[in-house]
Amino acid sequence: MNTTLIFLQQYWWFIISLLGGLLVFLLFVQGGQSLLFSFGKNEQEQRMLLNLTGRKWEFTFTTLVTFGGAFFASFPLFYSTSFGGAYWVWMLILLSFILQAVSYEFQSHKGNVLGNKVYRCFLVFNGFAAPILLGTAIGTFFNGASFVVDKGAILSASMPVISYWTTPWHGLEAVANPWNVALGLAVFFLARILGTLYFLQSVSEPSIMERCRRSLLPSTLLFLLFFLAFVVHILFATGLAVDPTNGTIYPEAYKYLHNLMALPAVALTFVVGVLCVLTGIIRTLISSTYIRGIWWTGIGTVLTVLALFLIAGYNHTAYYPSVVDMQSSLTISNSSSSLFTLKVMAWVSLIIPFVLGYIIYAWRSIDTTRMNADELKNEGHY
Amino acid sequence: MNETIDPSLIDWSRAQFALTAMYHWLFVPLTLGLGLIMALMETAYYVTEDLFWKRTVKFWMKLFGINFAIGVATGIILEFEFGTNWSNYSWFVGDIFGAPLAIEGILAFFMESTFVAVMYFGWNKVSKKFHLASTWLTTIGATLSAWWILVANAWMQYPVGMEFNPDTVRNEMNDFLAVAFSPVAVNKFIHTVLSGWVLGAAFVAGISFWFLLKKRETEFAVASLKIAAWFGLIASVLCAIAGDGSAYNVGRVQPMKLAAMEALYEGHTRQGLIALGVVNPDKEAYNDSTPPVLLKLEIPNMLSWLVGRDIQTFVPGIKDIIDGGYPTTNGLALSAAEKMKKGRIAIDALAHYREAVTEGDKERAQLNRNLLKENYPYFGYGYLNKPEELIPNVPLNFYAFRIMVGLGGYFILFFALVLVACYKNKWLSGKFLQWVGILTIPLAYIAGEAGWIVSEAGRQPWAIQDVLPNSAAISRLDVSSVQTTFFVFVVLFAVLLLAEIRIMLREIKKGPEGESH
Repeated sequence: MNTTLIFLQQYWWFIISLLGGLLVFLLFVQGGQSLLFSFGKNEQEQRMLLNLTGRKWEFTFTTLVTFGGAFFASFPLFYSTSFGGAYWVWMLILLSFILQAVSYEFQSHKGNVLGNKVYRCFLVFNGFAAPILLGTAIGTFFNGASFVVDKGAILSASMPVISYWTTPWHGLEAVANPWNVALGLAVFFLARILGTLYFLQSVSEPSIMERCRRSLLPSTLLFLLFFLAFVVHILFATGLAVDPTNGTIYPEAYKYLHNLMALPAVALTFVVGVLCVLTGIIRTLISSTYIRGIWWTGIGTVLTVLALFLIAGYNHTAYYPSVVDMQSSLTISNSSSSLFTLKVMAWVSLIIPFVLGYIIYAWRSIDTTRMNADELKNEGHY
Repeated sequence: MNETIDPSLIDWSRAQFALTAMYHWLFVPLTLGLGLIMALMETAYYVTEDLFWKRTVKFWMKLFGINFAIGVATGIILEFEFGTNWSNYSWFVGDIFGAPLAIEGILAFFMESTFVAVMYFGWNKVSKKFHLASTWLTTIGATLSAWWILVANAWMQYPVGMEFNPDTVRNEMNDFLAVAFSPVAVNKFIHTVLSGWVLGAAFVAGISFWFLLKKRETEFAVASLKIAAWFGLIASVLCAIAGDGSAYNVGRVQPMKLAAMEALYEGHTRQGLIALGVVNPDKEAYNDSTPPVLLKLEIPNMLSWLVGRDIQTFVPGIKDIIDGGYPTTNGLALSAAEKMKKGRIAIDALAHYREAVTEGDKERAQLNRNLLKENYPYFGYGYLNKPEELIPNVPLNFYAFRIMVGLGGYFILFFALVLVACYKNKWLSGKFLQWVGILTIPLAYIAGEAGWIVSEAGRQPWAIQDVLPNSAAISRLDVSSVQTTFFVFVVLFAVLLLAEIRIMLREIKKGPEGESH
């Protein structure tokens, strides 16, 4: 097989994994939204919180769109199979993000038909639904989904669809697997931790800061419970491996554990990531003045999720296993774009550091002051 | 699971995509047009340091923000729907189509979303220069986004820069520049973005006229009107020129769409363009003798000149395209039946190629590969059952085209009149002009939507022109699932549109007096 193609497939899986990591980190916006009514006990406090997450929601939204676009461009068979099959999961995720996108602006205006409270409830809904559903969907990367891919179907004029779902639930059946749900809940509680840490850094209102500190420990314990359960499960799980010489897919006991051992850099990334996540949380818990935990935990989140994606796809692993037809399972080699397209996209990806650069610059330029009543009065948009 | 596609699944999937796309297009053009007008106004503030301009730009920025949010929200639905409802399409051409979407995210969406935050939260936090740059970059980001999504759309109208790979059973890109800078893409981008600028100008002009009608904020209204009039006049003239380019491209690469736009069944050289007319509801078949258009007012020779830049150009009608035999640059045109036959040969050749590869029969594989390549230009026709399926909805295209072109001409006159009025202040106080200005806002929206109807309904039955019909582009879903999401979107969109309009009207009524310096 063409070594350049193999390299580019690995490269693009890395980019997808990195975008996945950044997306989960940016779910701090959703985590913060889910805490809107818990941390904001009056109108002023809620508006402070809304103006804080409201400055960042578009980054999360855009990262989700880019994650989807990059997946489409680099691994179109996944896009075709998962989106067209797990219809209801993606539609629910979509619905929650549509509601989020309009709610920030609409909740701050009179005449919005539904009332401010309803739009704020939409934000809370997105705060719960997006991390849980996205986490559950990512869980299927390890636990599999009910689909069949048959490229020969394109030859049939009456039913030319090459991939289809085998259950009428169209993706909702993922919640029947407790390990998918465990990852969904782990992502949800991680998003709440990140949201809490973001508020701690960005707000100077004592009442909100106190609520942030109080809620951190329970969220951490619940996150650890679900995250560790999921990690232990996948380390002992049987994964699907692919024979690189002929593309045949076969089950392999302890596949993900083997991947970690075979890929020491990924294993190190995973360990460093988890340690960073815990460092941010622990330093915040033990010091009543420490407010920079978001950076430790945020960077740790990116590294941990990056490593999880990498062990799902690297080392000849089926990253999207089919539970009904093993040979339909998707690997980074059988689902990728062509060499030409991956090359074009690789050139485009060189611009990503520049994009990250201006995002960081712009982010810092509007985060110079911590939120309080005066700041809200002077700079509040929502 | 059914083993044949339910035709109503195709209809509902199309309906859902059309609903989303048309709804999305209610918000995008205002982002493009108003964004640029805001950037110009803020530039005036930066240069003159006159707080009047800051107050003015903040007012328009507030309306921009209300519109922007819902535009963003509806944009993501389209990206998802390519996968959820058109999964076969996503595989068959994802190698080409995915790239513009990804580039749109990386290059455009991040620019937009980063700097729109600075635009709203940075007035007192960043320098005036950085704020101005952020406003421009937000607009440039939105325009870049339009570029890439229109590249993707143009490729569906005119698929270039790709080759079918029988081993992967999909089309693969082999020339990125041909995709990104195809003449159809370039023209579509210019025409579409300019139509957004026209709408932005009509929006600013209409609201400014409302203030004049109410005798409020006169200085603000006149200053806004001057900018809108100049901007709108230039944009509407350029949009008409680009529209001519679009018609030329359609005639060249999508003759059936052009024929439907003109309700032209039997073509001729020195073919006239119908300025006005009524599609004959009694016409039942493409080859009956019933006249297709009643009460028509025609501009002689115009259509021939439009599509060939020569009045002797033969413009094929629907019957000509179905029956074939008319002259083209590549010889006599094939009939639809011949194309369908070649399409089936291509599909069979692909089947035989796959069998031969599995059996290790290299000679047979090569033979069928060559046969497939020879007939691939007609691959999509192999999925059609009868030639009539090639005919788009004629009345819809005919009327939508006339509405778009007619309103395009009206906008040129309107902005020219407003521009003159701006320098003859007495005219601006006339109630008639004020009401015309206000009522021009909905007309700009209607023109934009009509344009998209022509573009998309005229392409039918193709998802990708000549390559993949809708029936083969679909996801394998239950009809009831798509019906459910369709109605969820209908209700959601209706509520959000009502909310958007009410909020917008309330903010307009408040006027710029509430804006702090």
